Amino acid sequence: MSRRRGRWASVRQAAWWLTLGVAVLLWWSAAPVRAATNFDLEDRVREIASELRCVVCQNLSVADSPSDLAKEMRNLVREQVQQGKNREEIQAYFVSRYGEYVLLSPPKRGFNLLVWGLPFLAIAVGGGAVYLVVRRWTEQAPAKRPAIDPAYAERVQRELKDRE
Amino acid sequence: MTWKKLLIPLASVPVILLLAYGFRTDPKAIPSPLVQKLAPDFRLKAFDGGEVSLADLKGKPLVLNFWASWCYPACYEEAPLLEATWKRYKDQGLMMVGVDIQDKEANAREFLQRFGFTFPNAPDPGSKVSIDYGVYGVPETYFIDRQGRIAYKHVGALTPALMEAQVQSLLKGT
Repeated sequence: MSRRRGRWASVRQAAWWLTLGVAVLLWWSAAPVRAATNFDLEDRVREIASELRCVVCQNLSVADSPSDLAKEMRNLVREQVQQGKNREEIQAYFVSRYGEYVLLSPPKRGFNLLVWGLPFLAIAVGGGAVYLVVRRWTEQAPAKRPAIDPAYAERVQRELKDRE
Repeated sequence: MTWKKLLIPLASVPVILLLAYGFRTDPKAIPSPLVQKLAPDFRLKAFDGGEVSLADLKGKPLVLNFWASWCYPACYEEAPLLEATWKRYKDQGLMMVGVDIQDKEANAREFLQRFGFTFPNAPDPGSKVSIDYGVYGVPETYFIDRQGRIAYKHVGALTPALMEAQVQSLLKGT
């Protein structure tokens, strides 16, 4: 009897060790996956935070600013990403609190289109003007001879005659 | 040929208009999208151990002030005015809550003691409430009416005249 019970105990012990071993192995092999999801999360937080303006800085994004408020904002972005919110939803939250000012690039609609379009319009108009001016210069240069002051012409003629 | 002479003055008109508009606006004044909207709810643990929340203050006009002990001199300038206003109007139903942001507790308690604040003040862990209210810096003050709407937001130190006008208008509102 006692020998049989002893065998049972060792089998159970072996099973227990095996289970523990498998669990450790699984946990260990999943490490890269866990790291990857964490990395993805931080990437995502950085991506969203880099489009938000650090409101207490000069021209810095929430991702780049070392200020305390920006740090708290990054935490908030992380929290909202973990809650499953997407980029638009998180941006909408910050816009509802701080206004469109909080976005580093103004959304491409309405009056803001002016900001996006005007530089290209200015380049086009300026380029056209430069083209026209350059064309006029190149056309006029060979056609026009510099006018000679008659007094100088007469003097040159006279001095040439004197040399003879 | 006359249109060419007009070209430069004509082209400068929009530039002048743009500058006239730009120079007349205050570049530091960024309008809060929250004004005239319902104030975001908050629940904070006060320095005295109690709890302050917007929900509990419903139906009462509220002056919500964001401050910090490191905010010198603006927060130090307006602190006596806050306490004086609280003392004068609390019997008429006015509520006042101070939110201390990004501060060290010891410094904050010293600030509270220095000005003898008797209205509830609470730290804001993680700046959650501050961000929820779109706070840029300290001090900022929100005047919230009985319906829980933000009637007015003031950035910078409060002046007695502004405080009086805003509080009166909050108390008058039904």
